[in-house]
Formats: sequence, C-alpha cells, structure tokens
Amino acid sequence: MAAKTPELNASSMADIAFLLLIFFLVTTTMDVDTGIGRKLPPPPDPTQDPPDFKTRNVMNVLINKSDRLLINGRSGNLSTLKEDVKEFMTPHVPDDVNFPEIYQEEIELLGTVYRSKGLISLKNSRGTSYEMYISVQDKLAQAFNELKDDLSLKKFGKKYSDINEDQKKAIGSAIPSRVSEAEPDNIGSK
Amino acid sequence: MSRFKKKGGKSTPGISTASLPDIIFMLLFFFMVTTVMRETELLVKVASPEAKEVQKLEKKSLVSFIYVGEPVQSKLGTNTRIQLNDAYGSVDVIPEFIAKEREARDEADRKFLITSLKVDRDTKMGIVTDIKQKLRKVGAFKINYSVQQEQEIK
Repeated sequence: MAAKTPELNASSMADIAFLLLIFFLVTTTMDVDTGIGRKLPPPPDPTQDPPDFKTRNVMNVLINKSDRLLINGRSGNLSTLKEDVKEFMTPHVPDDVNFPEIYQEEIELLGTVYRSKGLISLKNSRGTSYEMYISVQDKLAQAFNELKDDLSLKKFGKKYSDINEDQKKAIGSAIPSRVSEAEPDNIGSK
Repeated sequence: MSRFKKKGGKSTPGISTASLPDIIFMLLFFFMVTTVMRETELLVKVASPEAKEVQKLEKKSLVSFIYVGEPVQSKLGTNTRIQLNDAYGSVDVIPEFIAKEREARDEADRKFLITSLKVDRDTKMGIVTDIKQKLRKVGAFKINYSVQQEQEIK
C-alpha cells in the first residue's frame, strides 16, 4: 500500500477568507451613479447668424434668480410645466395658430405622422439654484418621455421602454427632444 | 435491555464546518467583483438633487468627474469651489483637466468620454454655466448631471 500523503490542515482557510471578506465589505461602495445625460451644442459659429424661429414655434422657459418660472412671458408653475410642454409639443391637427406649425413626414415603421416644429428654449440666470434647474430639466424630460410613451402605445401597443431598438429609433425621430439652451448672458449674478 | 444501545455518551455530533471556507469564499468573490474603490477624496460637499427621469451612468472608466460645492473644511469658507481630481481647481483649469483625462484613455475611447457634473443642490447656476461653456469650447459635449433617483411616495 502506498503511503498516505498527510492531509493539509485547512482550518485556518476560513479565517483567511473571513479577513479578506471583511476588508472588501468595508471598502465596498454599492452606490450606482445616476444622472441626467445631456449633449452640449458646439460653440456658436461667429460667422453665422443664429437660426430664426417663428415665435409660435418656440416656448420660452426662463428661470430667474429667485427660482421663479416665466413661460412665454407669463409666470409659470413647476407643477404644470410638464402638461404645458406636452400640450405645446403635441402636433395639433388641423393647424392651430396658438401652437407650433405641423408638417407630415414618412417615417419607417410608423408610416406618415404629423410632426411639430415646436422647440423649447430654456434659459436660466446665473443666480438660479442648481436644484431648480435640475427640476425643470427633469420635467422637460418627463414631458418628452410621456409623449414618446403615448405614440409608442398608439403605434405598437407597448410602452416606449418595452419596444425594440428599431422602433425606439423611429419614435425618437418622430418626437425628438427639442430642448435648446440659450446662450448665457450675465444677468442676475447676485 | 435495548438492542440498539448508543455507542458512547449523549454528546451531539459536531456540525461539519468543512463547507464554511467555500461559503466565505463565495461571499468574498461577490464583494471583490462588486467593489469600486473610491479614487478621489471629496473636498467639497455634494448633496445631489433629486429627479424622476434618471439614467444609470454606465462605463465608469469613460467618466471624468467635476465636483462643485462648498468646501468640506469650514475654514476655507462657504464659497462654491470646483474640485478636479484631488485638488481644488478653477474654471480656467478645466480645458487642461479635460485634456489630461483624454490623454489617460485609449485613442478609441476618447470620443466617448462623459463628463459627470456632481453639483451640490444649493449651488448657483452661474458657476455651472461657466463650466458648461468651457466644456463646449474644448469639445467635451457629453455631460451628465449627477442626480439621485427620486423616491416615489405612494
């Protein structure tokens, strides 16, 4: 009979593993970074004039230094902003002078759809608080997402988050998030 | 007398701990994989605002962070400061900072770089606008405003 190899004493293995485990437990941070993704526009070309938009196509959203909203010259409210934006960006058929112009376009998977020429112009003063700015950005994002959801439900019978990539692309081109941030000027710095 | 007399005393048999290391190792590997070491120490206080429509920030390796807020050390006052990597910076250093961040990445990844702005909720937009203008100038167009997911109350 071959000589038995002596067994390795593994009782300290658990201790070593525990030590490592505790180290990683302590150093672990489980937080996932979340945020609102945006794409900044390239710097303005000084040789080119800024594009003109008809007044009826633009919804001006201003946030002043004391975090009050001004929507198209009238004072607005954060709680109604989402509905206002949704109403403004929904293509109104037939053409209504109080709302942006509409035009028809053929989009793959969707067929011929009405599209709005509407545009949200967002402007803040230097004294606006970051929290308010994020709230407004969030409301705008919510409005556009709900519009996308509506169209998606109408065309595909599913919510925007449940449709496939091609369909998402189609919906995205029918309802682009047309939010433009105005070139800043130095007002309300105090 | 019983035929099946127990051998030995009444001592309960010990529980085998042979599988203990395996269990511990399993936990260990889980934590090893999920661990993200904090690279930078925060020098400014950042309490993120909350919002509903948030996206997860993926590909951490492609993200560079700019922190904006009040200094942690109260002797430095309460003026809003910008933190780039490990030190306080200013708006004028941002182009340099972005250039360095780009240099540190692979050539192919450079155009996918995202700048995450971790800004305190009480900060005034003026400084944020300045940062955004600088980022536009150096072509770092993809930004991400760091916010917390709002807890829905039902």
